[in-house]
Amino acid sequence: MANETVHAEGADHHDDHRPSLWDWKRWVYSTNHKDIGTMYLIFAIIAGIIGGALSGLIRWELAEPGVQVFAEGSAITAWLHMDSFHGYNVAVTMHGLIMIFFMVMPAMIGGFGNWFVPLMIGAPDMAFPRMNNISFWLLPASFSLALISMFVPGNGDFPGFGGGWTLYPPLSTSAAHHSGPSMDLLILSLHIAGVSSILGAVNFITTIFNMRAPGMTMHRMPLFAWSVLITAWLLVLSLPVLAGALTMLLTDRNFGTMFFEPAGGGDPVMYQHLFWFFGHPEVYILILPGFGMVSHIVSTFSNKPIFGYLGMAYAMVAIGFIGFVVWAHHMYTVGMGLDLEAYFVAATMVIAVPTGIKIFSWIATMWGGSLRFTVPMLWAIGFIFLFTVGGVTGVVLANSGIDTVFHDTYYVVAHFHYVLSLGAVFAIFAGFYYWIPKMSGYRYNGFLGGLHFWIMFIGVNIIFFPQHFLGAQGMPRRYVDYPEAYTFWNHVSSVGYVITIVGVFVFMVMLIEMFVVRRKAGDNPWGEGATTLEWTLSSPPPFHQFNELPVIKPDKRH
Amino acid sequence: MSAPQKPGAKRLRTTALLPLAAVAGMLGLAFSAVPLYDAFCKLTGYGGTTMVADAAPSTVLDQRMNVRFDANVTPGLPIAFAPKQREQGLRIGESGLALYTVRNTSDEPVSVIATFNVTPHAAGQYFAKLECFCFQDRVLQPGEEADLPVVYFVDPEIVNDPDAREIHTVTLSYTYFRSTTQAAAPAAQAPGKEG
Repeated sequence: MANETVHAEGADHHDDHRPSLWDWKRWVYSTNHKDIGTMYLIFAIIAGIIGGALSGLIRWELAEPGVQVFAEGSAITAWLHMDSFHGYNVAVTMHGLIMIFFMVMPAMIGGFGNWFVPLMIGAPDMAFPRMNNISFWLLPASFSLALISMFVPGNGDFPGFGGGWTLYPPLSTSAAHHSGPSMDLLILSLHIAGVSSILGAVNFITTIFNMRAPGMTMHRMPLFAWSVLITAWLLVLSLPVLAGALTMLLTDRNFGTMFFEPAGGGDPVMYQHLFWFFGHPEVYILILPGFGMVSHIVSTFSNKPIFGYLGMAYAMVAIGFIGFVVWAHHMYTVGMGLDLEAYFVAATMVIAVPTGIKIFSWIATMWGGSLRFTVPMLWAIGFIFLFTVGGVTGVVLANSGIDTVFHDTYYVVAHFHYVLSLGAVFAIFAGFYYWIPKMSGYRYNGFLGGLHFWIMFIGVNIIFFPQHFLGAQGMPRRYVDYPEAYTFWNHVSSVGYVITIVGVFVFMVMLIEMFVVRRKAGDNPWGEGATTLEWTLSSPPPFHQFNELPVIKPDKRH
Repeated sequence: MSAPQKPGAKRLRTTALLPLAAVAGMLGLAFSAVPLYDAFCKLTGYGGTTMVADAAPSTVLDQRMNVRFDANVTPGLPIAFAPKQREQGLRIGESGLALYTVRNTSDEPVSVIATFNVTPHAAGQYFAKLECFCFQDRVLQPGEEADLPVVYFVDPEIVNDPDAREIHTVTLSYTYFRSTTQAAAPAAQAPGKEG
């Protein structure tokens, strides 16, 4: 620790002595992909706690019929200025936006992507390390704006924007609904988050195209790197469309344009088309890196190469491609022509084919393998099971006839929480338990990890499975109250939330225990099944790795 | 350097241009969606956009069509707006004349503009108007009342469209908004024919 003098630009470093943890310049000026990845992960955990707390308020409110938590003067929400029906709408809106833009995306792409794409392809760092720094530090700025938007006037005197995460006009543009600066702050926040993600995506694409180790052809590249590459392309193709739609909202609000204003010849439905042209690829952005991680974990703990490597890679390409031509299945009820609906139904169902290839290939990888049910493997198998349940309800909802009935009901809420809350989040935890020994250098307590898994698994299923019943019975989304007929399953759902909170608590205990006890992990704690390049390095990896690039042999495939 | 084998900065920048070009292109496409969407709806009658025609069709079929009329006013606009007839029956291809009445119920001049729509949407492209009071700013003086004519016909082509030929009733719906282009302009508009 003698040579602690920090060169802020890590590129000038020759030695592998990492700067002190407590030097603020190491983090603020960081150009090191592992440090930036760590910051992304910590950021995602913080955002996840805030977004999770908002969903706690929602479940608390819905535990019983009547309005209790979001009632005027309620002590629980008064200090947040959310003690109104509008406050409930704000909670629903911000829960969605925070979980998508500030929890799942930073964790999967920013966190694990930054950490492991360079390691897996044998690169010393990302292609543009300083741009990487900007990508990360735009996010706290963006998140701050989003949080501030909750406390400035939105709807009249009520603070915050309550029009749902999709920000549909006229709720988001009309002076009668959201005249306050809240919505403008939210637009700015999402613009900045979008710039951050686009810069990050450009960085990943350039890194993966140019900086693979000698011998690592595209078809020998690990599936996680493939998944991040495809995700990055989805980002650069879809986020600008969101940016365009948001800009139109902004000018409609402030500069008198009429993009979405029928009085001036505009059309609010066009916003829905633009939004979902972004929004549908976005849901694949949220899940594709998870596909990559789960592939590695299933392969490692089956002690077999992944079944159908090329099929797995190109299934993701196909999912990404088809993801761009199915957007209108989110808006069957706007009154499309029958032919158009038929097309979107068919195209949507086609996605089940590449997704099925992935599910069956994971099962085929496990088939006949030497299975070890370690903590990451539990999460990965949990992911496969829950994602399949969500996929099945997705095929149900793809039918425009059924969707006309289920549109905006809790059935839809249950569906997308099964694929995202249970799918993406389980994939994140799987990746976390798989790689934390590599990232921190310490092994965790397997009992606590397993306990965390089982409590979460039971908890989230109790939250979301009953919501299928509520939706099928016709309970609409985004309402603060419901008739007494819906009480039982709503109550069950809220009990599930409490169980899940206990699981999150166990996760925190597990983290603390790991950093207090400090069991050394060794280079490769998972044994011969873990074949990708990151396991050839020390744990944690040196501050700068691959000064001599590894050479990939033709048979080395993952 | 910590990254001895790092490819040249030039090559990296060249690669980065590719996704950046994609970003610029998609941003451009997002904004060009505005005129494209508009043109698409006008061209195809998509989503119930009605067609504007110059001349009535030459053929008139025996088959009849019911046309219903609907009027809406945006909340907070102080006008009374209603169709003079609830429903008209006419033969497909025949021209019909319908009247709407609008009256300013406040003691201020209001500037208003109307949009319209046809349901079922599949009938939109076959519902053509020779004369209509849409998309034009109109200033209503306090208490002023006006009759607004719509001359329309249903295109005989409708019977050849498998999606639309089962339609026997269409609804023409107008909505008045407060005009935002010349907010409450005092200059009275010359009474006369609407476009």
